[in-house]
Amino acid sequence: MILTVDMNWKKTSLGYYEFVTPILEVAEKIDECMVKHYLEITSQDLKRCSKIILSGTALKDNAFLFKPEKFNWLKETEKPTLGICAGMEIIGKVFGAALKESLEVGMTNITTIKANTLFSGDFKAYSLHSYCVKASDNFEVLGQSIKCVQAIKHRDKLIFGVLFHPEVRNTQILKNFILIA
Amino acid sequence: MRLGVLFSGGKDSTLALQYAAEQEEVVCLITMVSENKESYMFHTPNIHVSNLQAEALGLPQIKQVTKGEKEKELEDLEAVLTQAKSKYSIEGVVTGAVESVYQAERVQRICYKLGLWCFNPLWKHDQEALLEELLKKGFVVIISGVFAFPLDESWLGKQIDKKIIERLVELQVQYGLSPSGEGGEIETTVLDAPLFKKKIEILRSTVECRANAGLYAIERARLIPK
Repeated sequence: MILTVDMNWKKTSLGYYEFVTPILEVAEKIDECMVKHYLEITSQDLKRCSKIILSGTALKDNAFLFKPEKFNWLKETEKPTLGICAGMEIIGKVFGAALKESLEVGMTNITTIKANTLFSGDFKAYSLHSYCVKASDNFEVLGQSIKCVQAIKHRDKLIFGVLFHPEVRNTQILKNFILIA
Repeated sequence: MRLGVLFSGGKDSTLALQYAAEQEEVVCLITMVSENKESYMFHTPNIHVSNLQAEALGLPQIKQVTKGEKEKELEDLEAVLTQAKSKYSIEGVVTGAVESVYQAERVQRICYKLGLWCFNPLWKHDQEALLEELLKKGFVVIISGVFAFPLDESWLGKQIDKKIIERLVELQVQYGLSPSGEGGEIETTVLDAPLFKKKIEILRSTVECRANAGLYAIERARLIPK
């Protein structure tokens, strides 16, 4: 069971179709899925799932950044977790990494910095973010663009973050997370 | 949230409007009228029918004529979004983008610059499922343009139904066509939708087709009770 966390500013938002549905289009072909809004995650949800994916949000939607306490479960979970865009930003914030303003919109060149199970080499991916996560001690940097860190992994946990949106043009990365990570 | 919908009158922008109206307050339609039939950004066939569609929806419409020159048309889009923001106090823009990163990226940038939210509720959705969604919701959609082999005159003016969807999916397998026309293979015009208070009746139309490029031009139409 894959738990997809809806990171949009409210439950049943217009952002759901754009940032959650495309993840489900990929994930549901591989495993059973459930979706919960980030304000409604319960310990039962975290027990039931085998993997967790945190969705992105609209470019102007940073509401989740004002409720980091709703993501304290990230510190406890041992389930493989992938944060996409907003998802990576909150992972960074929960584990003490600083965020800074950095706008990238559209296809972006990504370079792999460290070998990992999600991707390799140089590739293009779709970006849609106004903040990025600065490198910090808790994370290994897996990939970067010319502007900022684009992918991280927690040093001690199976928690990944990608700032780009793999569900747009790099669905294999999403599949790799679900199948291998 | 007060939203303006980038509206061409085709199936995608009308379905995006439907999604938006189910969640938020749609306060106006924003229509780009491109003089360039090859526009990278904006749907062109039967764009004049959008007047009737706006009337059927009971929504005000802002139109912006653009020469449709690559990138220059973005300045025209920015101008009309600025106008919509000031006239209707929109806080966000909705588009019918499904696959085109080219379109989505450009609208996102302009919205961000203007301090507007940008929503693409059909983004990356399964194309066959989107076509079926139109039928399920009761949309009446006709094919008003074909632009790829092996599509020909016989498709023009046809209403999208189960059979047409099946055929389009077969062509996807055989020729790699995008079933919902994401590569510009087909263009559509919506004659009725759940939010329409009246539906459109076509009174006069012409078909012009050469090989695998053709248009079904609506010359006269009117609104009639549903």
